[in-house]
Amino acid sequence: MKALETKSLTKHFGGLAVLQDISMTVEVGERRAIIGPNGAGKTTFFNTISGVIKPNAGEIFVFGDKVTQLPPFRRARLGLARTFQQNNLFVNLSLLDNINLAMPPNQAKMTPRDFLDNWGWWDKSTIPVKEFSYGEQRQVELLLALAQSPRLLLLDEPTAGMSSVETNKITTMIRNLSREITVLIIEHDMDVVFDFADRITVLNYGRVLFEGAKDEVRSDERVKEVYLGSVD
Amino acid sequence: MHRMLTKYPIWGGLLLLALFILPLLLSPYGLSLLTQVLIFGLFAMSLDLLMGYTGLVSFNHATYFGVGAYTVAILAGLGLNNFWLSLVLGISIPVLLALLLGLLVLRSSGPYFLMITLAFGQMIFALAWRWRTITGGDDGLAGIPRPDLGLPMSMWKAQNFYYLVLVFFAFACLILWKFIHSRLGKAIVGVRESETRMQALGHNTWGLKYLSYIVAGGFAGLAGVFYVYFNGFISPQELNWTMSGQVILMVIIGGAGTLFGPVVGAGMIIILQNLISSHTERWPISMGIIFILCVMYLRDGVVGSALKLRKKGRGNL
Ligand SMILES: Nc1ncnc2c1ncn2[C@@H]1O[C@H](COP(=O)(O)OP(=O)(O)OP(=O)(O)O)[C@@H](O)[C@H]1O
Ligand SMILES: [Mg+2]
Repeated sequence: MKALETKSLTKHFGGLAVLQDISMTVEVGERRAIIGPNGAGKTTFFNTISGVIKPNAGEIFVFGDKVTQLPPFRRARLGLARTFQQNNLFVNLSLLDNINLAMPPNQAKMTPRDFLDNWGWWDKSTIPVKEFSYGEQRQVELLLALAQSPRLLLLDEPTAGMSSVETNKITTMIRNLSREITVLIIEHDMDVVFDFADRITVLNYGRVLFEGAKDEVRSDERVKEVYLGSVD
Repeated sequence: MHRMLTKYPIWGGLLLLALFILPLLLSPYGLSLLTQVLIFGLFAMSLDLLMGYTGLVSFNHATYFGVGAYTVAILAGLGLNNFWLSLVLGISIPVLLALLLGLLVLRSSGPYFLMITLAFGQMIFALAWRWRTITGGDDGLAGIPRPDLGLPMSMWKAQNFYYLVLVFFAFACLILWKFIHSRLGKAIVGVRESETRMQALGHNTWGLKYLSYIVAGGFAGLAGVFYVYFNGFISPQELNWTMSGQVILMVIIGGAGTLFGPVVGAGMIIILQNLISSHTERWPISMGIIFILCVMYLRDGVVGSALKLRKKGRGNL
């Protein structure tokens, strides 16, 4: 069984083909990075997997279940969790209330308090999230997804706009995640990508330009051209 | 935050005590005003569940209030004056209507939700206007007697009727308070804060909004039941958008998302209405000015602003 499988996923916005024939499989426990230039369709890819938008064609399977037509909340209940490129939190609510909303009541492995304690956030639990710094909110973005006890986790640029100290906090968090969780990460920071990922998929103009182990990506000429070239 | 929350019900308890003693001190006119404040306070609280807690500004809440009232009036016209029957039907018919309309209006959100609810509200208003045989058309239905509870106390006596309303008001406050602080209630606030995130977290947000819509409709119906008993008369005006607009104003003035704030808002509007006289041309202008002042200086309403002043903002459940 694969953690995630897409078959010929296609999405158009009007005349704009944002995803074209994307077929991808991700193994259970794998760390997969999705990279590509701005507007390549990375976030749209996550949106179709999580169900925020419906694809025009193609199929999506999560742990063997066909989810193509399921609403987002049903996919979440299959163990799919995601973070958002732009923070999407309950900013007027306390951190604890945020976590309460993320933890399924009957199947949670631990209490919200234990969860926050574990991650070293309990002392801030009563503070409304809007009073946190941007970097802290970015971490809460990740905490919310983790509180769902996901089996498949989609991270959309978790370190975007953060200082290097804050980036380190996030990368430490995700590096230490259990291998029971399969992780897909969209990330522009190549150090993070090469440090964290097992395999890398490069999207360009809505197509898979390349997919392979990270060393193969490093040496691939086409990838260097469209993406890495501008980073080095 | 938590301290305030544990104190809030204590304040509520004190307020209820005051409401219990007040009739002994008030003139008949004052008592009549206070009865209306409770009825409209209940109506406004039910709307706050939608506006303040769910983030849905519904512009046809008067529909449920009016349908609850019409149900009692029509039953009375058929000679059915049993209070409990009227009560049950006066709540369940608005609830059934909300079950149906909810399916239609909850497809949209934001300004579209406001507009589509307004459209459905006016459709039902027009229906009440036209359907003379049932509703009496623009003449309305008159002569609705006070409820008969089968108790040795007459509800024609203003004080007795007031206490009856107070009992149901207090009961409704308790249920709404419990609901808002239940797991479901907190999830409903989550929908207000971010619907997309709630979906991503596995919540059926449509179902949560639907539930909130139905509960709000039921409590508005309850307010309508007491309104028609109080007034003895119902006309399509009670279903009109002006009524919906007025209860929106009560919520805004009192403070959306504070539950009891709208009761204060209802009190302020009803007292002002009686000072200025709602049948003069000055009334709509006065309402407009109040609304503008509120938007400019009291964004969170009277109660909301007071709570914020204490540095314990709303939304911390
Ligand atoms: N809802 C939408 N409606 C119309 N066009 C959209 C929508 N969402 C995305 N697009 C367009 O689709 C293209 C891909 O967007 P997407 O957000 O998936 O890119 P991305 O790879 O995540 O880019 P970035 O690195 O900047 O986050 C862009 O041209 C974007 O403008
Ligand atoms: Mg993106």
